[in-house]
Amino acid sequence: MVALLILLGVVAVLAIVLVVMYNGLVRLRNRIENAWAQIDVQLRRRYDLIPNLVETVKGYASHERETLEAVTTARNMAMSAQGPAQQAQAENMISGALKSLFALSEAYPDLKANANFLNLQEELSGTEGRIAYARQFYNDTVYKYNTKIQQFPTVVLANMFHFNQREYFETDDGSRGPVQVSF
Amino acid sequence: MVLVALGFNQLIGWGPVGIVFALAIAGVSSAVAYWKSDAVALAMSRARPADPVEYARLHNLVEGLCIASGLPKPRVYIVADDAPNAFATGRNPRHAAIAVTTGLLDKMNRIELEAVVAHELSHIKNYDILVSTLAVTMVGVVAILSDIGIRALWWGGGRRHNNGGDRGSSPAAFLAVAGFVLLILSPFIAKAMQAAVSRRREALADMSGIEMTRYPPGLISALEKLRDDHTVVASSSRATAHLWIEHPIALDRDEGRLSRINRLFDTHPPLEERIAALREL
Repeated sequence: MVALLILLGVVAVLAIVLVVMYNGLVRLRNRIENAWAQIDVQLRRRYDLIPNLVETVKGYASHERETLEAVTTARNMAMSAQGPAQQAQAENMISGALKSLFALSEAYPDLKANANFLNLQEELSGTEGRIAYARQFYNDTVYKYNTKIQQFPTVVLANMFHFNQREYFETDDGSRGPVQVSF
Repeated sequence: MVLVALGFNQLIGWGPVGIVFALAIAGVSSAVAYWKSDAVALAMSRARPADPVEYARLHNLVEGLCIASGLPKPRVYIVADDAPNAFATGRNPRHAAIAVTTGLLDKMNRIELEAVVAHELSHIKNYDILVSTLAVTMVGVVAILSDIGIRALWWGGGRRHNNGGDRGSSPAAFLAVAGFVLLILSPFIAKAMQAAVSRRREALADMSGIEMTRYPPGLISALEKLRDDHTVVASSSRATAHLWIEHPIALDRDEGRLSRINRLFDTHPPLEERIAALREL
């Protein structure tokens, strides 16, 4: 009688442990989806800020048509990009174009004093930060998930229920090389 | 709180009822202090909410770091003070607040400000308010136990005395004296232990902050600026000193035995030590 009770107890504890492990894996997997979606939220925020910026700069430096058009084109490309590779490429174009735009604004003291422009500059800086942090968070989440499904004993459960490895967000666009600065 | 209740208990001498009373007071006051820690800390520093338009940069930095750490965004406050400093408070990440002095906003650049905000958010993330409250409570429990011990020995020693013969009571008397000494020293031991816990959590918050920003030079630069700045926060008090990123009350750094004892009660590790630890990363 006692032996039976002990057996039941062990089985119950084991069941609880398995349930907790499974739920943990589900939570991590969903967090990865969430983190990926958050990156898109921040990217969208950047797209929405750009037209406003272009209009403000046009008010003071309308003959800098080249730079302004570069920014707008890059933004449109990013919004209509198909697939992550194209999107990453377009994102880099936006970053480059924005850099030129802000560098150019150094030559227009009136523009630099404009409160709206300063506001937009701050918002865009903040958004760049948020995008970077969102990507960092996504990578951290993927790391935690991958580690957990590889470690024993969760690995057994993971294979049973097809929890697969996820990929990191990586930049493979040559941005690891030395940065060229030219004035 | 516990020790004050204990002292009260000693004076009134109610015996076991007094101990229960002391425990109850300590328990309730610790719970209330923990629950309301954010409101109390903010009120004591005269902090006001940070306007999102006027302090857009601060809000942007806080939001970015919250995304990096997965924390919900805490309430952001400003303390009007020239001394550069910042603190974080709140019982858990969902009920948290961080405050920054206007002095800090003026003196730090964007990267340094971000590092300081990361340090404060790490306090929230690591549940440091809970940790310090637990430390205070546990130290108090030790004090209560030693009080109980003294009483037991005193009564026990007394009874043996009545049965005749001094032989049984010397070790008891020695223990009673030792217990008494411990009880008297317990406020200091308590403070020293709290300060030690606080120092460890500060060092941990430094490292957790770096984990968020992935950029040690930012915090190094900020701490170096804090080291070289000598203004003192006007609207702080000894009670909330442990919450700030750097000890708000000016400390004399003269050498000598007394200052080494003083250093036991520092709530923050020395800035030089923190900078050196970060440089090793």
